[in-house]
Amino acid sequence: MKRFIGFVKKEFYHIFRDRRSLFILFGMPIAQILLFGFAITNEINNVDIAILDHSKDATTKEIINKISASKYFSIKQMVERESDIASVFQKGHVKAVLNFEKDFSKNLIKDHKATIQIITDATDPNTANTISNFVNAILQQYQKQLNKDITIVYQIVPETRMVYNPELKSVYMFVPGVMTIILMLVSAMMTSISITREKELGTMEILLVSPLKPFQVIIGKVFPYIFLSIINAVVIVVLSIFIFKMPVQGSLFLLALESILFIISALALGILISTISATQQTAMMISLMGLMLPVILLSGFIFPISSMPIPLQVISNIIPAKWFIIIIKGIMLKGVGIQFIWKETLILLGMTIFFIGLSVKKYKIRLE
Amino acid sequence: MKTIGYIIQKEFKQIFRNKGMLPIIFILPLLQLIILSNAATFEIKNIKFAYINNDHSSNSRALLDAFEASTYFNVLNNYSSENQASEAMLNGKVDVILEIPSHFERDLQKEKYAKLGITINAIDGAAAGVESVYVNQIVQRFNKNIKVDLMQFSDAQVQPITIETIPLFWYNQTLNYKTFMVPGILVLLVTMITLFLSGMNIVREKEIGTLEQINVTPIKKSQFVIGKLFPFWIIGLGLLTVGLIIAKLIFNVPMIGSLALMYFYTSIYILVVLGIGLFISNFTETQQQAMFIAWFFTVIFILMSGLFTPIESMPKWAQTITEFNPIKYFVEVMRMVMLKGSGFMDILPQLSKTLLYAVIMNGLAVWSYKKIN
Repeated sequence: MKRFIGFVKKEFYHIFRDRRSLFILFGMPIAQILLFGFAITNEINNVDIAILDHSKDATTKEIINKISASKYFSIKQMVERESDIASVFQKGHVKAVLNFEKDFSKNLIKDHKATIQIITDATDPNTANTISNFVNAILQQYQKQLNKDITIVYQIVPETRMVYNPELKSVYMFVPGVMTIILMLVSAMMTSISITREKELGTMEILLVSPLKPFQVIIGKVFPYIFLSIINAVVIVVLSIFIFKMPVQGSLFLLALESILFIISALALGILISTISATQQTAMMISLMGLMLPVILLSGFIFPISSMPIPLQVISNIIPAKWFIIIIKGIMLKGVGIQFIWKETLILLGMTIFFIGLSVKKYKIRLE
Repeated sequence: MKTIGYIIQKEFKQIFRNKGMLPIIFILPLLQLIILSNAATFEIKNIKFAYINNDHSSNSRALLDAFEASTYFNVLNNYSSENQASEAMLNGKVDVILEIPSHFERDLQKEKYAKLGITINAIDGAAAGVESVYVNQIVQRFNKNIKVDLMQFSDAQVQPITIETIPLFWYNQTLNYKTFMVPGILVLLVTMITLFLSGMNIVREKEIGTLEQINVTPIKKSQFVIGKLFPFWIIGLGLLTVGLIIAKLIFNVPMIGSLALMYFYTSIYILVVLGIGLFISNFTETQQQAMFIAWFFTVIFILMSGLFTPIESMPKWAQTITEFNPIKYFVEVMRMVMLKGSGFMDILPQLSKTLLYAVIMNGLAVWSYKKIN
């Protein structure tokens, strides 16, 4: 036991002496949470649009005013001819052009009908679709105003209640994701590198001939990172509660236990990576290239899993991050207890045991 | 010149000898391009939908049929009480619940007005917004239909004014998300591979001790730097080529603009990335540190690049920060040239900023590389 403590101490020295890594280790979560909370949002507002007005009469002016008054759009320029639209889009500043037909007011009075083309730069389909929806909503309101003398006969009115996140803040969605990504990469990458480092530098041999048992070496290696990851998790949760007023509806204790389980599963994955790679470079590339994008894209962090093609939905099941994100969202936002997330917890536990088992089997006590 | 040739030869040999790395450099990124491009979609479909029908009238059933017929909603279940439904939402089985109140049909016929209760799981705020729009669309269409069905002739005297809108989606009529994401993910992969490899390269020689051997040779600083970076420049362009072929053949992404312009821009862009990598390499002592710093910047660059979330929606100060993000320019240029056919003059602002960036980063990298420890 004393030997083991000595070994853990050595590991802590290694980590604390490397100021630069330490700075990143703790600066990273803070920077990411702040960026996500303040800067990154998939809401759409302030979109630059252009106007092509063939009639330039009172009605079109009124509509244009209504559109520029909304917080979603700012009118960047006026276009004179249809043929100019392509070049406007190619410069890339303007995302949509509203094209009012000729004699707009006249048509509205005579035929009770007039047309506007909403031409969007659909290279970004999401923005294009949202712009078109927002313009429609503004126009519908305007129509209601025009038609207010006519009573609408039958009406079914949906009353929508947004639960768990009534203000539709995107930070609620991102905090669980950022927490997952940081814990996953810090734990998996740091352990895999620190083990392969000893291999590459040749000091692994010394550890293997020492009286420490192999599993003690591994646990000693992993232990400091459990500690650091827990600090990271605490920092993230504290920041999100105090700066972004994110609620923790459920039990903090349960959240802590689940986080420790996820950290251990990531560390086990790190050990597994270290057993299959010979150099630090390989270990890093596997943990960065192999883990970063799948964790960002397949975990439901940014993109909804239910919209993905079926094979990818199946693949997403083997990503531990997916289950952890479901768990933290449940605890923090929905306030559920273990009876609602036992299945996810069990899956995560099973994965952890599998990773540990596999790495014990692959772990070689002799060097080639 | 001959010296540089030898260094390049050495670097290529080292790259191709490391059998563990080869698949990571050449196969993993392309696999990710193929698989992950399918994952990156903000389209909302297969919405997990359930209902509580307290009315059981022909109108309420017709309304539910309208939801059933929609391709967006996946009607999963019918709950008899609100408790059951909200428990299902806690469980994550359901995201949208529609509650039809009792006397729905009676109210509709008597008062010509009826309410519907919609509950949406709004943890993903953006998705919740879209779901609410879809619900409203279906209900509105349904409204119009009953109007036609039940309206008495006396009501239909005044014709309401309508402003008709015709949405035109240029460059991507079908709103195919892959057209948008494939160029972006390709950018990421090219950036990550070249940055990580160049960031680790020199520091590795430092750590193993072979850098000292090179330092005592008469090789000049600039020769060494060029020799070190050239192979990664080639690998980056090679990845771009294979990635473009995949984009064309598998995803059928349109390539309207000029390929030559794309390559011209990319060849300058990779210099920026390599400069950053080398710079990191010079200021770190271990590969672990180098990777960590590279990772730190990549994550921030990726998230602030406009690849996944629009830059225009960021607050002004954040938009100013994105001006220093090389990935942002690459993403913009790729999408502009590939999808819209923008020409040289259109991408000139991005191009000149990237060029300036390349000069500064490589200048700093060469300057900070010291042959003495």
